Amino acid sequence: MKDIYTGELTRLIVLEAKEGAKAFARWDRDSEFKRYLDSGAANLISSNKIEKEIEEDANENSPRSYSFGVRALTGDAMIGVVDLFVYNWTGRDAFVGIGFGERDYWGKGYGADAMNLILRYAFTELNLRRVTLNVFEYNPRAIRSYEKVGFRHEGRIRQALNKEGKRWDMLFMGILREEWMTSRFQN
Amino acid sequence: MFDIQTQLFEGKDIRFGPIDHEKDPEIESKWMHDSEFMRMYSLEPARPMSAAMVKKSYEKLEKEIEEEKNMFYFTIRARDDDRLIGKAQVNRIEWSNGHGWVELGFGSADDRRKGFGTQALGMLLRFAFSELNLHRISARVPEYNEAAIALFRKLGFMEEVRRRQALDRDGRRWDLLTFGLLKDEWSKQAEA
Repeated sequence: MKDIYTGELTRLIVLEAKEGAKAFARWDRDSEFKRYLDSGAANLISSNKIEKEIEEDANENSPRSYSFGVRALTGDAMIGVVDLFVYNWTGRDAFVGIGFGERDYWGKGYGADAMNLILRYAFTELNLRRVTLNVFEYNPRAIRSYEKVGFRHEGRIRQALNKEGKRWDMLFMGILREEWMTSRFQN
Repeated sequence: MFDIQTQLFEGKDIRFGPIDHEKDPEIESKWMHDSEFMRMYSLEPARPMSAAMVKKSYEKLEKEIEEEKNMFYFTIRARDDDRLIGKAQVNRIEWSNGHGWVELGFGSADDRRKGFGTQALGMLLRFAFSELNLHRISARVPEYNEAAIALFRKLGFMEEVRRRQALDRDGRRWDLLTFGLLKDEWSKQAEA
């Protein structure tokens, strides 16, 4: 059996409530990062409050939320976070979210590597049938990266966002288990 | 077309009202024993609830509405006798983006295919666009709910997203659709 937590560049680690909350509270102060991550109004939240939320997620009786920290293979610091939210267990579909708060790791393939890890986890450990994501029109770098990983465009919620006095679309992308299996086989 | 005097919560055959904690739970419990209704209304696995459980769920709902401040919930009632026939809501509102989602349903088969949906959705849209001042409205609809798809199209919604094979029901996969309507599109229609 493979080590499903280790990729080419990154490794998935447990999201420790304290460490994770400290990192989030720091990363959220970077509004560009936050606006890529969430559609709602950017806001600053204490690490205390975030810590409680992480703990609640982890203690849920029937887990729908699978969150991991991401580490570079070459270092010990947590550079990002990736999570699956299984909003519909009977349809076996989940939303994936990924965020790298450490800017040194942007645009170098770390995100795609962690995304590949979480897809392997989604399809071969949770046995999901598909994975969905939302990405915003003003984040073309992420869109390209998701396309490379194998996500397909499934539509756009027109003008769903209002930032800097402009309306932007919210895109939906999805990947089916078969598509992911096929692309892995070809590589 | 509308003015301040035009009632927001009154339609031709139906009206919006508040939850009645005494009378509604029994009726809604009956609806929840109808698997067809439940599968059209919700993506959660169908599962009946007793009247007592429904009553509890109202309390939970009202607590959530108060805490989250991103949701409006109405019961739909027949104009002639005020009996409960359905429910309608605007939820998951993102105030900074002016974006919300709508859901509506009629519990009993006798109250469907009578144009009540058109009236209720029309009232809900007026509430969302000219009372809440939202910029756009979205609705999530399973591919197999043909009545809902026809209703949203009739009110001017556009199919925007098709999440391929996101649902598994009756042993097969179905797409999950998102329909959308912008305020501009709604206003033009309302004027016409």
